[in-house]
Amino acid sequence: MKVKTLKTLRYATMLVFVLAVIRQITGASDLTSVGTASAALLLSVPIFLAGLGGLFSERAGVVNIGLEGMMIMGAWAGGMIGYKHGPWLGLVAAVIFGGLGALLHAIATITFGVDHVVSGVAINIIAAGLVRYLSTILYKSGSWLGPSQSPDAQSISTNGLPVLSGGKYFGWKSPDFLNYVAEKHWFFISDAAAILRGITGDLSYVTVVAVILIPLSLFILWKTSFGLRLRSAGEAPIAAESLGVNVYLMKYAGVLISGALAGLGGGFLALVAANHYQENQVAGRGYIGLAALLFGNYRPGGILLGAGLFGFADALQLRDSASVHALILLIVFVLSVLVVRDLRKKNFKKAALTMVFAALSLWYFLAVKELPGQLVTMTPYIATLLIMSLASQRLRMPAADGIPYRRGGLR
Amino acid sequence: MKKFKLSNVILAIAAPVAAAVVSIVISSVAVLASHKSPKDAYTTMWEFGTTSASLMQMLNTATPYYIAAIAIAITFRAGLFNIGVEGQLRLGAMFGAYLGAMFVLPPVIHVIAIMIISMTVGGLWAAIAGYLKVKRGVSEVISTIMLNSLAGGLSSYLLATYFVDRTTDSNNMSTKMLPASAQIPDLMPLLNKLGVENQPGGGVYGMLIFAIVLGGIFWFVINRTRFGFELRASGSNPIAARVSGVNSKRMTFVALAVSGAVAGLAGLPAVLGDTHQFNMGFRTGIGFSAIAVALLGRNNPVGMGISALLFGFLEVSSRSLELIDIAPETYVIMQGSILLSSVIAYEVVRRYKITLQSKELAKAVEA
Repeated sequence: MKVKTLKTLRYATMLVFVLAVIRQITGASDLTSVGTASAALLLSVPIFLAGLGGLFSERAGVVNIGLEGMMIMGAWAGGMIGYKHGPWLGLVAAVIFGGLGALLHAIATITFGVDHVVSGVAINIIAAGLVRYLSTILYKSGSWLGPSQSPDAQSISTNGLPVLSGGKYFGWKSPDFLNYVAEKHWFFISDAAAILRGITGDLSYVTVVAVILIPLSLFILWKTSFGLRLRSAGEAPIAAESLGVNVYLMKYAGVLISGALAGLGGGFLALVAANHYQENQVAGRGYIGLAALLFGNYRPGGILLGAGLFGFADALQLRDSASVHALILLIVFVLSVLVVRDLRKKNFKKAALTMVFAALSLWYFLAVKELPGQLVTMTPYIATLLIMSLASQRLRMPAADGIPYRRGGLR
Repeated sequence: MKKFKLSNVILAIAAPVAAAVVSIVISSVAVLASHKSPKDAYTTMWEFGTTSASLMQMLNTATPYYIAAIAIAITFRAGLFNIGVEGQLRLGAMFGAYLGAMFVLPPVIHVIAIMIISMTVGGLWAAIAGYLKVKRGVSEVISTIMLNSLAGGLSSYLLATYFVDRTTDSNNMSTKMLPASAQIPDLMPLLNKLGVENQPGGGVYGMLIFAIVLGGIFWFVINRTRFGFELRASGSNPIAARVSGVNSKRMTFVALAVSGAVAGLAGLPAVLGDTHQFNMGFRTGIGFSAIAVALLGRNNPVGMGISALLFGFLEVSSRSLELIDIAPETYVIMQGSILLSSVIAYEVVRRYKITLQSKELAKAVEA
């Protein structure tokens, strides 16, 4: 475990260094700014929560494409309750609504044995339609200003790490050391400080909750008997049943937790990342969360990493297009590393192909001064596809994941 | 041959009927929740929906759903799930409209050329997902969803920068008008002969006939050809298929590409039959509704036809709900509840059948 942490740390340092070099070359100062890092974190949290939701469901053996729909339900409920009764109750409502979507998924897949992907897609279609219907009714009754947007809710307060990143504790205003370093414009050191400041300062309390969920879910899934039973339902349900585990119950628990987390992620989008619900707010983040789950190989730490990458791409896309343009240089760099690796392995055909892609990317980087807006919005989806295609062969999914289970081994 | 049995017939109808009842209950609750009478809602919908003008619009709504549903059914039969139909049909329609307006050919050949363009574009777009699945192990569910989002961005970018017709001064960005040889006439003359009068708001897409033929081709290819057999084999039991010599990786790639090619056609009924250009107002959501249509129709050409018509009917007739002050979006609730309750009902019936069969078997063994 410790070796792994060190390895991750080393890779992270390398990544920051490369980003610093690219920033230096392109002058895209937003690439490593405090604002970008903080936005990246803000956008990673919902993806992470969806991915973590997927983890609980799929560890119990139920594939959950319905995460998207549960997030939509959560975002809607968050906006709807949030503006009336405050953001915290809004988040509670988001969790409940996400859970309701999950209950539907659980009834269909566990009790009735419907194909998991089919049920999930059905839930996504239903959730999108349901919130549109409900929003229209609320708009017509006069309590909403438009059919696609809820009124503004109060925002949830933020805080930072003491000493390092500012923040306020019991009336004491902490110094902001990292921000001080970040503003010095020292190569690499300031870049690293800015990124650290971004992800440790001005944190919403909900973000803190999300961070706590990592050790919590690790503990629940791998250190408690409940976790063992839940995972056994996803690995070998028949064997688990024979040992007295209530497989249906475990699967229900997994799916419901999954929906609650996805709903929280939706609520986060509505109440923390924004301050109201808006139609299409979720915009595929449930699916990206699922991609983060696959990227992270069904482990909380991996999901966090995946969510971080996708969140970063998302943040750049929202902040400015110059950084996305600079990001192409990062792709060139990553592809070059792959070329070197393939050459070492004497895999010349693959190396040549990768080199062509690298050259094309470099050409595009040099030929185009600024990316058009429509293409910039595509960044997170391209990032997801690219990262998935580079990383998804070593998957180890739960052995009985996605297979409808019926007590007694019947089909 | 299967023996004809009353119980089989009853079981076959049981699922759709149960699903219909459940969804009517759910929709009624939704209408009641907005303090309106469900009975009023249904009678208004029925009266408005059965006028000839509405029925024509129903057919026009159903045609693209049906084509897209066939595309999805192809992947379902191969044990895959192409959620990317929305993107494939969008790109197919846009490239077909743009490239098709650049040349003039004799009438029927021009239309065929455009169809080939659209099929190629849709097929290539889906082939990306096929490649990623076969070579890199990326789930086609995730990759096709990402490709949907990419297609949306790409199409608005290409339309705004390269494909837009700059000779017209319209606010609605669109490609150049297709020449007359590429326009499919609507079926109004034919309907007139059958005694249907012209209605305000246009006729019926000519591609309706094409869609029906496509349904027949789909049935034949899937059930009566070697390709169809290999497709179904690699879907229902990949290991057995591989042992018997079917290259299931190749089938996966081909199934996705063919599905994308068919999906590429689904945007054409409106482009070739109505707008004669691709513009910003191109209908969205066809690909997602088509998933529901394919699921509801059980990948069966007739079943999908019926469910496409049902979805079209609900969509068109629900517009009348505005008149009695009910949100027209009610139809989304109806479609959603029909979808979920029907997939559950089909599963319940399937399980009941298995129990029934094993009971009969036990009886036969005893006797």
